[in-house]
Amino acid sequence: MYIGIGLDWSDPVRYGCEKFVGTSKNKPEGFRILLVKERKKKSAEILRRRRFCLSSPRTNPKSSFTPFFHLQALLSSNLSKSLKLIPLGGAKIMVFHRLSRLGSRIVKELPRERHLPVFGMRILHRSYGQYLQSSPMLQRQTRSFKEALFSNNHKFCTSFSTTSEKGGKETEKINVIFVDKDGEEIHIKVPIGMNILEAAHENDIELEGACEGSLACSTCHVIVMDTEYYNKLEEPTDEENDMLDLAFGLTATSRLGCQVIAKPELDGVRLAIPSATRNFAVDGFVPKPH
Amino acid sequence: MSRYLARYLVSRCFSSVSSRPLHVCIVGSGPAGFYTADKVLKAHEGAHVDIIDRLPTPFGLVRSGVAPDHPETKIAINQFSRVAQHERCSFYGNVKLGSDLLLSELRDLYHVVVLAYGAESDKDLGIPGESLSGIYSAREFVWWYNGHPDYSSLKPDLKRSDTAVILGQGNVALDVARILLRPTTELASTDIARHALSALEESSIRKVYLIGRRGPVQAALTAKELREVLGIKNLQIRIKETDLSVTPADEEEMKNSRARKRIYELLSKAAAAARTSEADPDQRELHFVFFCQPDRFLESDERRGHVSGVNLEKTILESVGSGKQIAVGTGEFEDINCSIVLKAIGYKSVPINGLPFDHKKGVVPNVRGRVVSQTSGDISQTETGLYVCGWLKRGPVGIIATNLYCAEETVGSISEDIEEGVCNSSKAGSKGLMQLLEKRKVKKVEFSGWEKIDDKEKQMGIEKNKPREKLVTWGDLLAAAAN
Repeated sequence: MYIGIGLDWSDPVRYGCEKFVGTSKNKPEGFRILLVKERKKKSAEILRRRRFCLSSPRTNPKSSFTPFFHLQALLSSNLSKSLKLIPLGGAKIMVFHRLSRLGSRIVKELPRERHLPVFGMRILHRSYGQYLQSSPMLQRQTRSFKEALFSNNHKFCTSFSTTSEKGGKETEKINVIFVDKDGEEIHIKVPIGMNILEAAHENDIELEGACEGSLACSTCHVIVMDTEYYNKLEEPTDEENDMLDLAFGLTATSRLGCQVIAKPELDGVRLAIPSATRNFAVDGFVPKPH
Repeated sequence: MSRYLARYLVSRCFSSVSSRPLHVCIVGSGPAGFYTADKVLKAHEGAHVDIIDRLPTPFGLVRSGVAPDHPETKIAINQFSRVAQHERCSFYGNVKLGSDLLLSELRDLYHVVVLAYGAESDKDLGIPGESLSGIYSAREFVWWYNGHPDYSSLKPDLKRSDTAVILGQGNVALDVARILLRPTTELASTDIARHALSALEESSIRKVYLIGRRGPVQAALTAKELREVLGIKNLQIRIKETDLSVTPADEEEMKNSRARKRIYELLSKAAAAARTSEADPDQRELHFVFFCQPDRFLESDERRGHVSGVNLEKTILESVGSGKQIAVGTGEFEDINCSIVLKAIGYKSVPINGLPFDHKKGVVPNVRGRVVSQTSGDISQTETGLYVCGWLKRGPVGIIATNLYCAEETVGSISEDIEEGVCNSSKAGSKGLMQLLEKRKVKKVEFSGWEKIDDKEKQMGIEKNKPREKLVTWGDLLAAAAN
């Protein structure tokens, strides 16, 4: 199992990932990628996700770049519990750096099966070549990695490995019902912590996600068919509202699928997928004009 | 024998519609083209889709229109690439409808032809001085900084003065203003074209005026883009408080649209913040000017043939029913001096031979995507096997996502027509197209050719810490594709 940790979702990071895993169609079994970005409130949410997902809040020029904080949060949170960090065997962790030079270095090293993870910080504009060590896997325990991280020395590289998740606890799942453009219901089970867009894709439901969860489009627009469930969701952020404003067939209970995260209270929620050809009055549900 | 043949043909006609070979050609590889291709492939197992584009690079405005500092919007390219790589789909770039092929030839080769080539021209103001140099359409400017091969040698003069005027207050106007005013250090790590980055680094533009003929409640921009521009560091926003007063008609408009309300609130907050902040001469300025329409362009005395300013007429709003308000001139005028004017007042589609066209609206007349040849009273006669999607169908409005539903409607019409046996005869499809292109010696660029261009651009970008360094001339693009 591979985990790539991107410090943000810039093109060099994506290029590195794509080169490594190909398109998501060909992605190797068990590939996981987590993105940690500046927004602190997002980190906790991201850490609960365990599958391939791209979450990239808009670049906020006002925030200061603190990857250190986020990796710290990453390791001290649920993730370390679910991944069981052990020194040998099974998996590799790579930290893709925003600096494309590093990204390309990583990419070049990967085919040679040398595990060459590198951690660096954008604010230090130096050549990281000197920090790339050639020995494949350093045997480090979690704690020493944590210690290394928490130290003030930001210039190092490290690697650690994890076991496959299969040995871990089964995640709880909730029932979600999609109502597609023909009015047909599709019942799926969604693990807690997964967003609805991902869940739809995993179940081959035709919910478009043009910007892949970056809050840059409104193609994953879903209509929550019961106001009760709509009220259980967290309030949309300004960014989500801005995108929703432009959504086709907007209703009072519309949300973007990529921002709806499965939680136990949403068990049994019904979500309608808007369509150009379908009348929205499904099962008597009449959307209020916005 | 003929009876056998007849029975065979009849049974073929009534066989499963969705698995018979269906040859589809989509002209235009932007979002409209790709969403249409995606839906056709999903709806019909026997469909083979060829997407043609006059550029060697696909993706239309996602590549050449989306601003360089909006990379998340370009993520849609991943989905489009997956469609192009589908086994029943092919992309052919550098094939121009009208010069390499005729529409009639395409209709002979394919059961279904969908025109999704968008809007490559601009609305005109029709005022004196519009042909002075230094006046560009925003579309040209955007294509210039995005490295479109037709506009890489535009060379707009950004060093003549410190002021630029943008006519229009939609998202394109905001994009252009942002690119002119953003610190070039921030632009240097985007996929902006190299020639544009150099020009912007030497630019003397420090003040940009965004002129709208109506008020803040009617501005065509959207909240996300407005928030972004209001959040740029070291940028002074200037809005006149008097422009922010609302009338009952405005209140009504805001009540009906939460987007309008949000935008008005953002502009009010920005105006209040501007009032309290000190004017810093070093900072760049963005002025929102409302209730002004351009009357004529002023010509420079020192440089004949070059623009030196815009003469604006103040307007007021008049209701024309159904909640809509239009701008009407008041006879009061004022001038703004500038050395460059960008018209961001809307795009217009380009008609082609053999295609019915509504010149007033600038679209192809259609009913749910089926091209209409003539209308008598309530009945519209539609052209067989000819459809439109995207801006060519709806006009140049909407976002990328709008094409999703537009394509759904068009493909719905296509499917209905196929069910009714409208597209029965056998057609040559791709094979015929290949033969025709060979005969005409057209150097088509397949998707693999685009992937070579893509790799090369990304490679060149790595060296400069950019996501890609675009190839901006026809020669470079075709050479990289053929490599």
